[in-house]
Amino acid sequence: MAPFDPLSAAIGGALIGLAATLLMLLTGRIAGISGILGDLLERGSSDRAWRLAFAAGLIAAPLALALGGHTLANPAMPSSIIIAIAGLLVGIGTRLGSGCTSGHGICGISRLSPRSIAATMTLMVVAMLVVAIMRHAL
Amino acid sequence: MPILSAFLCGIMFGAGLVVSGLTDTAKVLGFLDVLAIPKGGWDPTLAIVMAAALIVSIPGFALARRRGRPVLADVAAWPTRTGIDRPLIVGAVLFGTGWGLVGLCPGPAITNLATLSRPVLLFAASMIAGMAAHALWRRRVRHSASLAAADG
Repeated sequence: MAPFDPLSAAIGGALIGLAATLLMLLTGRIAGISGILGDLLERGSSDRAWRLAFAAGLIAAPLALALGGHTLANPAMPSSIIIAIAGLLVGIGTRLGSGCTSGHGICGISRLSPRSIAATMTLMVVAMLVVAIMRHAL
Repeated sequence: MPILSAFLCGIMFGAGLVVSGLTDTAKVLGFLDVLAIPKGGWDPTLAIVMAAALIVSIPGFALARRRGRPVLADVAAWPTRTGIDRPLIVGAVLFGTGWGLVGLCPGPAITNLATLSRPVLLFAASMIAGMAAHALWRRRVRHSASLAAADG
């Protein structure tokens, strides 16, 4: 793991906030990644093009940064069975809960939505509990 | 133009994830590991990223709300639901569990696809499968609801 770097964290966070703001100001859309992806899978989904374009931008970002010499290392991942279970939980949970860390955590809190604040607090506390159990109880 | 804007916003969002370190599962899990606060070794990165993002986006969203009409679209698609209901909380619990197990949420999962790492591909495929399963389930619920309405 790279050492704690508060300046990079702040710059990266500001970029995330700016991207979410610009998407709303320019196109009137919420930068919620699970909603953008999930709506692509709905029958009769409208506006597939901008959703695909945003997702393509997310994948293209590391490639664009690589031109500036900033490489993206493979993240540390657990066993395949844990990955598969976790992926399913994230997919179902974000759709059932109508949002993820971006849609609720950034955009929802920016709108001061009580619904998004409740969702963000819930998912944070649960994730902290899971990490506490996985790292310190098992 | 809206499509190009969405692409560029996606690049900026993804760049923010990479620069801040949130594509690194070890950093995310290092933040979620709150028992490390007293022991030492806790990683506050995620808190700083969220705070920095919100410092920009809270006034940004207020500005967008005041402007009303988006620059490149006729209407802004502001979310309309307000109540804190059971699906919201159950969904957040399921999502939080998966997030805590691996340290990837949807944005970093998609941006990490650029590494072509096989575990990341497996995670993204499982996530999409979960989303598709939910879409399928909702379609069935809606279908049976419409049948019931036709009956009664």
